[in-house]
Amino acid sequence: MSLPEGWEMVVGLEVHTELRTATKLFCGCANAFGAEPNTQTCPVCLGLPGSLPVLNRRAVELAMAIGLALHATVSPSTFHRKNYFYPDMPKDFQISQYDRPINAGGHLDLPDGSRVGIERAHLEEDTGKSTHLGGTGRIHGAERSLVDYNRAGVPLVEIVSAPDLRSSAQARAYAAELRGILMATGASDGRMEEGSMRIDANVSVHRVGEPFATRCELKNLNSLRSLQRAIDYEADRQYALVASGGVVRQETRHWDEDRGVTSTMRVKEEADDYRYFQEPDLVELDPAPAWVEAVRAGLGPMPAERRARLAALLGTPSPAQFDAVETVVDLGVDDHVDAAIAAGVEPDRAIARAANELAGDPHERAGLTPGAFAATLRLEQSGDLSATQAKTVLATLALSGGDPAAVARELGFERMASGELESLVDRLIAEHPEEWGRYREGDDKLAQFFTGQVMRATRGQADGKAVVEVLRARRG
Amino acid sequence: MERLSRAEVAKVARLARIALDDVELERFTDQLAQVLEHARDLEALDLAGVAPTAHPHGLINVVRDDEVRASLDRAEVLAQAPDVVEDRFAVPRIIGEAP
Repeated sequence: MSLPEGWEMVVGLEVHTELRTATKLFCGCANAFGAEPNTQTCPVCLGLPGSLPVLNRRAVELAMAIGLALHATVSPSTFHRKNYFYPDMPKDFQISQYDRPINAGGHLDLPDGSRVGIERAHLEEDTGKSTHLGGTGRIHGAERSLVDYNRAGVPLVEIVSAPDLRSSAQARAYAAELRGILMATGASDGRMEEGSMRIDANVSVHRVGEPFATRCELKNLNSLRSLQRAIDYEADRQYALVASGGVVRQETRHWDEDRGVTSTMRVKEEADDYRYFQEPDLVELDPAPAWVEAVRAGLGPMPAERRARLAALLGTPSPAQFDAVETVVDLGVDDHVDAAIAAGVEPDRAIARAANELAGDPHERAGLTPGAFAATLRLEQSGDLSATQAKTVLATLALSGGDPAAVARELGFERMASGELESLVDRLIAEHPEEWGRYREGDDKLAQFFTGQVMRATRGQADGKAVVEVLRARRG
Repeated sequence: MERLSRAEVAKVARLARIALDDVELERFTDQLAQVLEHARDLEALDLAGVAPTAHPHGLINVVRDDEVRASLDRAEVLAQAPDVVEDRFAVPRIIGEAP
């Protein structure tokens, strides 16, 4: 569904990303996902009386890296207490940044050429994780809530876009590009399913040319797909409401992935209700230019630049090839591609194989180093392995590591199947029309030429007699 | 600027989860109004050239290295909880999600 002619949606996204630090934002408790509940807490993150927060230097640097990657200005900043009563924060307040965020202004350019403004990217602490017991498992039916404070105090950066997005697809593209940037800075692992990157969407609809209308905030968007679906649903809901004479009320709405609908969670409180005030236990943060420049110097290339570089290796990439380039950059496997190309593999093959065979959790393919990847593709390119065999070798290496040639031998891929030899000979015939013509006219010495070419391509692994048989069969 | 109203104090009390009776509400409205009026005296000064003070200490950039330190023993932590289920703090059910 989409809005009728003359109407448009306005979307702004708030993206929270956990930072990949060793410790929490204000204490030395480990910042690690998946630990036993309540094993990573201390007086500071539990809010025990007399404890004092001390800011994590690495978290500051990662926050600056995010800001710089988004072309924002690193600015003098302070911390505030955001006061609310909810058991996920044992202190009854969250330390955040309010009127003076560490990064102000900025923008992000999308692959389609559109530019999205970044209003701010500020530091704050994460809350504990609640699970709800009883009822149907849905929040409202729960009778008790259980809280694990391991996540309370984990460093977050919240990136607030300007209300510049005009479609759910553009919102999705923004979230995807931002995710790539966050991963490229080393600040985030970008895992939405584990909650290390979380997105809230502000959505409103209005007639083109009229002022922006009242917005609703959508929560529980746990994937890029959810984000897109929820925005479309919400825009349609608001349009239907307004078209039938109703009024959109400013509120927070919960996206139900299974039912594909949003529903009222709570009516938006005024900002004042959080009674923000400056955190007296933390001093001003005002990074010296040298510190900021050191962080900037440590930034690697961002996704847009990496895509452009890989695409240039392909000359004029087809849409499918460009998709593969995007996948390589999304997966962050540029090193594998580079290693393969350095080893003499054609860029097209290196990029296609990397896009298709290196998906999934990097931890689950630790054995498939850039070097092993390159060597395998080299074996494929030389004809020692068929495409199917190469993929099997890659999968085996991912699981258990090892030397590609040895793995291929163990898998029984040492010899070339006759079909592969035939296709190699056919390729060589096509590549050497003059020699082939002389051979066809009866110059048998040229059989040696073709055998030599096959041996070179297969690094001596082909059977010379079999080559001559194929040549004879082709000559007819 | 108008004097602080009872309604404003009642709202702040509600947000802070403090129950005030009518007598207390009257007394605190009066006291808080005096505090605000005292602070308002500053408005009489010309502070155009004075930079805002973020903290009386004048320190900036107090940071620590990102090195893990031992957390508390879980049994000790959970002993502080009102109730414990599956090694988690068990609390009355929560309506809605965190802000």
